[in-house]
Amino acid sequence: MGRFWSLLFLLVPVLGVLVFVFAASPDSRPILDHWLPENINKYGYVIDDLFMFILYLTGVIFIVTGLLLFRFLWKYDASRNSEPVKYTHGSHTLEIIWSILPAVTLLFIAIFQMDAWAEHKMRRPLLENGDRKPALAQVTGRQFEWRIRYAGPDQQIGTPDDFHTVNDLHVPVDEDVVLQIQSEDVLHSFFLPNLRIKQDLVPGMRQFTWFHANRTGIFDLACAELCGWGHYKMRGRLIVESREDFEAWLAGATDEQNRTEPESAGDGDDE
Amino acid sequence: MSDKGVAGQSDQHAEEHADHGASKLTLGSFIGTYVFSRDHKVIGLQFLFSTLLWFLVGGLLALGIRWQLAWPWQNMPVLGNMLFSAEGGQISPEFYTTLFTMHATVMIFFVIIPILAGAFGNFLIPLMIGAEDMAFPTLNMLSYWFMWPAFILIGASFFQAPYGAGAGWTSYPPLSSVVTAAPGSESAQTFWLMGVTCVGIASMLGSVNYLTTIIQMRAPGMTMFRLPMTIWAMFITAVLQAFALPVLTAGGFMQILDRQVATGFFVPEGLMVNNGTPLSGGGQPLLWQHLFWFYSHPAVYIMILPAMGMVSDIISCFSRKPLFGYKPMVYSISGIAGLGFIVWGHHMFVSGMNPGLGMVFMTSTMLIALPSAVKTFNWMGTVWGGKVQFTTPMLFALSFVSMFIIGGLSGIFMAATPVDIFIHDTYFIVAHFHYVLFSGTAMAVFGAIYFWFPKMFGRMMNERWGKVHFFLTFLFLNGTFYLMHILGTVGFPRRLADPYHYKTFAHLQPMNQFITICAIGMVATQVIFAANFLISIFRGPKVGRNPWRANGLEWMAPSPPGHGNFDFQPIVYRGPYEYGSPEVEEDYYPQIKPPPEDTGEAEAVEHD
Repeated sequence: MGRFWSLLFLLVPVLGVLVFVFAASPDSRPILDHWLPENINKYGYVIDDLFMFILYLTGVIFIVTGLLLFRFLWKYDASRNSEPVKYTHGSHTLEIIWSILPAVTLLFIAIFQMDAWAEHKMRRPLLENGDRKPALAQVTGRQFEWRIRYAGPDQQIGTPDDFHTVNDLHVPVDEDVVLQIQSEDVLHSFFLPNLRIKQDLVPGMRQFTWFHANRTGIFDLACAELCGWGHYKMRGRLIVESREDFEAWLAGATDEQNRTEPESAGDGDDE
Repeated sequence: MSDKGVAGQSDQHAEEHADHGASKLTLGSFIGTYVFSRDHKVIGLQFLFSTLLWFLVGGLLALGIRWQLAWPWQNMPVLGNMLFSAEGGQISPEFYTTLFTMHATVMIFFVIIPILAGAFGNFLIPLMIGAEDMAFPTLNMLSYWFMWPAFILIGASFFQAPYGAGAGWTSYPPLSSVVTAAPGSESAQTFWLMGVTCVGIASMLGSVNYLTTIIQMRAPGMTMFRLPMTIWAMFITAVLQAFALPVLTAGGFMQILDRQVATGFFVPEGLMVNNGTPLSGGGQPLLWQHLFWFYSHPAVYIMILPAMGMVSDIISCFSRKPLFGYKPMVYSISGIAGLGFIVWGHHMFVSGMNPGLGMVFMTSTMLIALPSAVKTFNWMGTVWGGKVQFTTPMLFALSFVSMFIIGGLSGIFMAATPVDIFIHDTYFIVAHFHYVLFSGTAMAVFGAIYFWFPKMFGRMMNERWGKVHFFLTFLFLNGTFYLMHILGTVGFPRRLADPYHYKTFAHLQPMNQFITICAIGMVATQVIFAANFLISIFRGPKVGRNPWRANGLEWMAPSPPGHGNFDFQPIVYRGPYEYGSPEVEEDYYPQIKPPPEDTGEAEAVEHD
């Protein structure tokens, strides 16, 4: 039975690696799409690259340790191994080697990641004049919807001429977009899978997030922090469109917002 | 249910001990001896039976979650109409939040922590260090009986109308602390918090006792560096509990106060939830996360270190070879415990915590992978050059190593802050902690039950069925948890009752159905274990003191040990891992066996 159990443990690295190779392979992805979703954020590629970097690194360790475990079990199976056991309490040299190597690797990974992290969370895009770029829109999480407001003609968010929308976040393509994100009630998390953006929204805190979409289209906006029974349905849409389309949409929608109020009051069209 | 289990266990214990000379068993002495017992072995078994029953409850709750993810809003066969007749046999979104909250609560607070520290810690510590009982037997009894208010409170929270607590096991405010925020947030959440606090009291009483016992009550010759790894792990675990738990307890009381008398520790000024009244706060939701994870990250190690210790003992015994690198193993456990106190922020990378702090926590988190790696290499070094006996406990211990490699490596993805932005709160993390806690700890616990069962009951469990149990569990657990990595890579979020209305995740339903089928298989497989366990208590072949030809002190006591454990005074001459020593004929060299005459005591001292 020793052979059987050794082979069972060999299956771990073999099947384990195959699953990832299959899921990541260019052949299976168009059909199954069981891999990282399409990235459309200029700042997102680095996350995918780091993911792959760690995947390769850990993959090598996974294979080597898995094969070694199999080899030891196969070779030192008591029913087949007639040699006396190696009566040893350890090896100082080996301990030092397998402490220092992982330590250096792990520290390298940590330091290697810091720049990407700062790019995502600390270095907010700047204007030409060096000021920090203002927010295009304010996104407020609320049980269980996303309330979005864009600045009106006065270019200030938070004034009565703002344009309000729910769950539809329009942004222009090919430029840095800064959003001010916040929560009105409980914790939410602003998750744009295709832009590799995730940031929890904490009531009482104003935060900013930014991205640079490089393709137009409609993408998912999800809540990724438990916010109550309706957490699963707190879905929004991110609509990335050209600058012209965006401005046309904003102008038209603002106009509509300002018009519909008297209409709904029954005043009719008086201008 | 648990009540019956404990009583039943005490009954049979009584029968077994009847011939031990306990002359007349009155009701009073029965209750004193087997219900409110102060004997560490009875308390350990009480913990074991209670936690195994809760393990079943937690597993069934998990199947509820899996059912919803595979076939959302479908009537659950058989159970659906019994459990959720109000919703027409399907899981409602409110109940779904209660399901995963309770699954985690039960598994963490009622299964993993008490089965490791409570069941095995209690049973093994005095036996393995050569003591006749714990230092504080009454405290020990209380540590078990403080679990009962917790059982009742969490049970009350679950069955509270209309819905049980549903703020996740992390209980993040404001969702958990503002009454209007969730349907289960009336008294259900308060009961939940009080229940968790009672578990904390139980753990605290246990940890004080373990520390004192291990420091004070070791047999003559049992130096600290002759302790088995299990005891070292229990010792370090007790240190973690003693220092980290007060923070959670304080946090828990603050949250109860927030809920009951509106103290506003965790609620910002003017917060208005679900059109309720605005709250006067002045607090900070992130404060709770810091307090919670300051305990709950060390708790992650409370949930794995004892398993690591027991696995070390099992692997060395069945490789018939000394543990490779005993002292590095001790240092790495201590290192994990020390670093464990400064990594809690890695749960909060995207929480809104200062991103600069994220870098610090990333570095410390990366470093904590190091002692885990050292331990893995040492286990493999132990197998190397040995004579491996593929017994059931050994198979479970080996699978712990094999699976812990996966759980450890996937942790590196989350520790890397930029990568964590994407995979945080997705199924990648779900895969990670299930690999650590189920494929790691739970498998080690199974191995430990098979290993120490003869000592607990004086009988063996069936090996053949043990191996069938291992084989099926091993296959199904990988079928269940491995593919969750792939789900996480797509970004599939946790805790969503119906993720398929997002177009990014709509195509993942078939994979989830496969996972659910494996999960059902995994839970069903445990019937084999339950039957083997229960039948073997009464019918298993009787064994002598040392069926595995192991070295530890516990194997020198009778099986099962009577009151006071040892029928002789154990004196320890060497460490517990002297297998295959050239000094003796046999391939094991018990800790109490005096060295050969001519070498004398001077040589014996050098053995540690």
